[in-house]
Amino acid sequence: MAAAPEEPSAALRLDRVTRVFRAGGRRVVAVDEVSGRVERGAVTGLIGPDGAGKTTLMRLCAGLLLPDGGRIAVLGIDVTQAPAAAQARIGYMPQRFGLYEDLSVQENLDLYAELQGVPAAARGPRYDQLLHMTGLGRFTGRLAGRLSGGMKQKLGLACTLVRAPELLFLDEPTVGVDPVSRRELWAIVDHLTRSEGMTVLLSTSYLDEAERCRAVLLMHEGRLIGADDPARFTAGLAGRSFHVAARDFSKRRLHERLSGATGIIDATIQGAQVRIVTETAAPPSAAALLPDVPDARIVAVPPRFEDSFIALLKTGRRAGGMPPAASPPSAPAAPAAGGGDEVIVVRDLTRRFGSFRAVDNVSFSVRKGEIFGLLGANGAGKSTTFRMLCGLLPPSDGSLRVAGFDLGHAAAAARGRVGYMAQKFSLYGDLSVMQNLRFFSSAYRLKGERRRRRIAWAVEEFALGPVSSATSRDLPLGYKQRLALACALMHEPDILFLDEPTSGVDPLARREFWHRINALAEAGVTILVTTHFMEEAEYCDRLVIMADGRILATGDSESLKERLRSKERPDPTMEDAFVALIEAAGAERAA
Amino acid sequence: MWHQVLALIVKELLAVLKDRKSRMVLIGPPLIQLMVFGYAATFDLDHVPIAVYDEDLSAESRDLVARFTGSPVFEPLAFLHSARDIDGLIDQRKVAMVLSIDRRFTRDLLLHRPARVQLIVDGRNSNTALLILGYANSIISDFSLGWAKSHGGPVPPAVLEIRARYNPNLSSQWFIVPGIVAVLTQVVTLLVIGLSVAREREAGTFDQLLVTPMRQIDILLGKGLPGLLIGGVEASVIILAAVLWFAVPLRGGLLPLYLGLFLFVAAVTGIGLMISSLAVTQQQALLGAFLFMVPSITLSDFATPIANMPPLIQDLTQVNPMRHFLAVVRGVFLEGATFQSLLPHYWPMAAVAAASLFTAGWLFRRRVY
Repeated sequence: MAAAPEEPSAALRLDRVTRVFRAGGRRVVAVDEVSGRVERGAVTGLIGPDGAGKTTLMRLCAGLLLPDGGRIAVLGIDVTQAPAAAQARIGYMPQRFGLYEDLSVQENLDLYAELQGVPAAARGPRYDQLLHMTGLGRFTGRLAGRLSGGMKQKLGLACTLVRAPELLFLDEPTVGVDPVSRRELWAIVDHLTRSEGMTVLLSTSYLDEAERCRAVLLMHEGRLIGADDPARFTAGLAGRSFHVAARDFSKRRLHERLSGATGIIDATIQGAQVRIVTETAAPPSAAALLPDVPDARIVAVPPRFEDSFIALLKTGRRAGGMPPAASPPSAPAAPAAGGGDEVIVVRDLTRRFGSFRAVDNVSFSVRKGEIFGLLGANGAGKSTTFRMLCGLLPPSDGSLRVAGFDLGHAAAAARGRVGYMAQKFSLYGDLSVMQNLRFFSSAYRLKGERRRRRIAWAVEEFALGPVSSATSRDLPLGYKQRLALACALMHEPDILFLDEPTSGVDPLARREFWHRINALAEAGVTILVTTHFMEEAEYCDRLVIMADGRILATGDSESLKERLRSKERPDPTMEDAFVALIEAAGAERAA
Repeated sequence: MWHQVLALIVKELLAVLKDRKSRMVLIGPPLIQLMVFGYAATFDLDHVPIAVYDEDLSAESRDLVARFTGSPVFEPLAFLHSARDIDGLIDQRKVAMVLSIDRRFTRDLLLHRPARVQLIVDGRNSNTALLILGYANSIISDFSLGWAKSHGGPVPPAVLEIRARYNPNLSSQWFIVPGIVAVLTQVVTLLVIGLSVAREREAGTFDQLLVTPMRQIDILLGKGLPGLLIGGVEASVIILAAVLWFAVPLRGGLLPLYLGLFLFVAAVTGIGLMISSLAVTQQQALLGAFLFMVPSITLSDFATPIANMPPLIQDLTQVNPMRHFLAVVRGVFLEGATFQSLLPHYWPMAAVAAASLFTAGWLFRRRVY
């Protein structure tokens, strides 16, 4: 079944494919005249933030949706004309694969083999192959519901592969999966294309995964904004990426200065430095860029895929850019109470659910004005820790103090010092933007003149004016996130809790978001953020890495990466550091 | 504090009114149920199909048959000529009763001997059968009385004179329509309130609410008062429909009625909030609401008389707020009951309301999942 590499016809050809959805009078162009091709025998990445149209495009290609316009040829077959013929030769794994949680791994495999009509004789060797490849061989008797997120994803993949397809569609297989499992999933995909000659189209919102693909289709807001070899994307940016650091100048102030500077299209905080991307390949001089910073050092670094995405977005639609945070939000009214500088103190915190320890003896403390990260994969216990800190879940053991209070028992007034932004959009979707603002301002006990002033501030600061009467459910993701932050900041809290704040949002909106968070931290607000997103960890002053309910390491991102620096790995990423820590912990347990 | 509660109330009402599905719950089911219960659900019988097997074929037997055919309750479908046809007609549910008049009917009458009339009733629905027998019996005794008067036979020693107080025509509409006030108010309040916390838990907004400086009591009031408001409006609309459309007499005062309504809706709201805070998803909340609703209606005297239930179950109905509110509505509507006479029904509702609201408030924060 290995497809000859010289075969001229593409595995997938898209010709001006368009799909429109209508939701309550609104017309949403999910896929807008996308043309492109996927070559045989390799991994092609379909890359873009949430809401870019990736899933719709996948479903169109798998013949599960009909396009409103354009043509899709899968393995030379027109999907709209003969969906069944195409479906017989493809495999499709949706974002939430339909595993039967009450069946064992083996029973799930049997079921899908049955559904796909794999003859009984062929199953044995295929199972062995799949179980070996996914490393699930030891767990065939385990219920699918009892597997970890990464293992579930691998089982889903195995079930999709019981009948080897020629073309495999994987819709965000790595979302919410811990970095170790993510690497294992990629190893499987690489193996499929290399040894079995399969063609894979894989969608993802993690831009760093682009570099693992042979070719990349880059989507944004329904349109294809680029299609090329990932190396070629980044090649255009060679010599334009730099690290800037200064000894006596805080990284946040440095970032603030650099992000507005002319000739710089992107500035992000990365550990202790600020990473910039320039408009042209001419290396910037420290003296010209930062005349009043005496010891600024600028070091060239290799470009990342994300740089090219930002460059494409910024040059493509400059006018549509997000408004930068106009002014730093007003400083908190009063300095945080409680143990001196330490605003959040957690000692030996434990939370048990039955015999399962979701959080096991966790201790850390957060200083005033610090951005502190809880980093870990799904199920590492960071959300449970977070909920206990917010007072939403009583701890089983240990103590915690937020601004000197345990929010679970403290008087209502103590909660007024804290702002909270949940992982998914959790404002009232049926209410308009203005109604949400009004409600939360009242809920935070603002009244009269102050309430009016803060609502006006929120509308102004987050540019919500044009959408103030729109139903918040219908807002684009970026606006939803702004509204959520506006509601959380309504009462000028001393402490801000953020749960996975920017997962899935597009890189520009993420930059805008962190820009605000930096300004808040600068103004003295303490920020605690949970994330499984390694990029976000870079913005934190300090962070703890959690796995299986325990803290594996505490420190700033620089020192965590430093431990791993070696000849072979001169510039380890946060993810490298994370994976190394998890593996070390695994080895320790095995010993 | 009132500022926050008011904001929450406004938000709740906006959420209910802006959501198309919630709006439907408020308007659709009440309208349908009002029509179904008001018109279709009745204990009165009319146009019951019957067959007549008259072996006597005399002027007297025809007179008796005419009393049946002339009654609006019965509708003769067939006149039989052979006893063999009887079984078939009843088996196939063509008729619900066969009136069979003995061959010696006139002879026995004239001889002042008991004349034989046989009623063969379809007993598969025991309720209907009893009603049919009751109607038929009264027709036959009327006939006997008339015969005795005109032909001078022995008059029956005692004659039953029936007068129904409060509902002289024994119209079951008068009995059922006030009951609908209770049933519908409970259904709507329980659905709207029962889903409110669960919906917020699903959307994650309840956490958002819990981290604000709102206290349990604020959230309880903010969630409960809209229930009171919605339940009150719903009940008022149905009370109006009962009086103006179904012409059920409202003999008592509005004050005792609305005091009962207030306590009842408070109790139902408390139960709804309790169900809602125990449920993790809206689906669970919906199931919970029905789990409560079905027994509460069965054990409420709405259709099945509590007086016929085993004593233990009768005691159990004391904690059912609907049972007490039904007593209040029917009392006020038909008897013109006063505050004093309804006191034994007010305090159990107040007790249930207090207990359930307190528990709900406690569950808001304690519920761990």
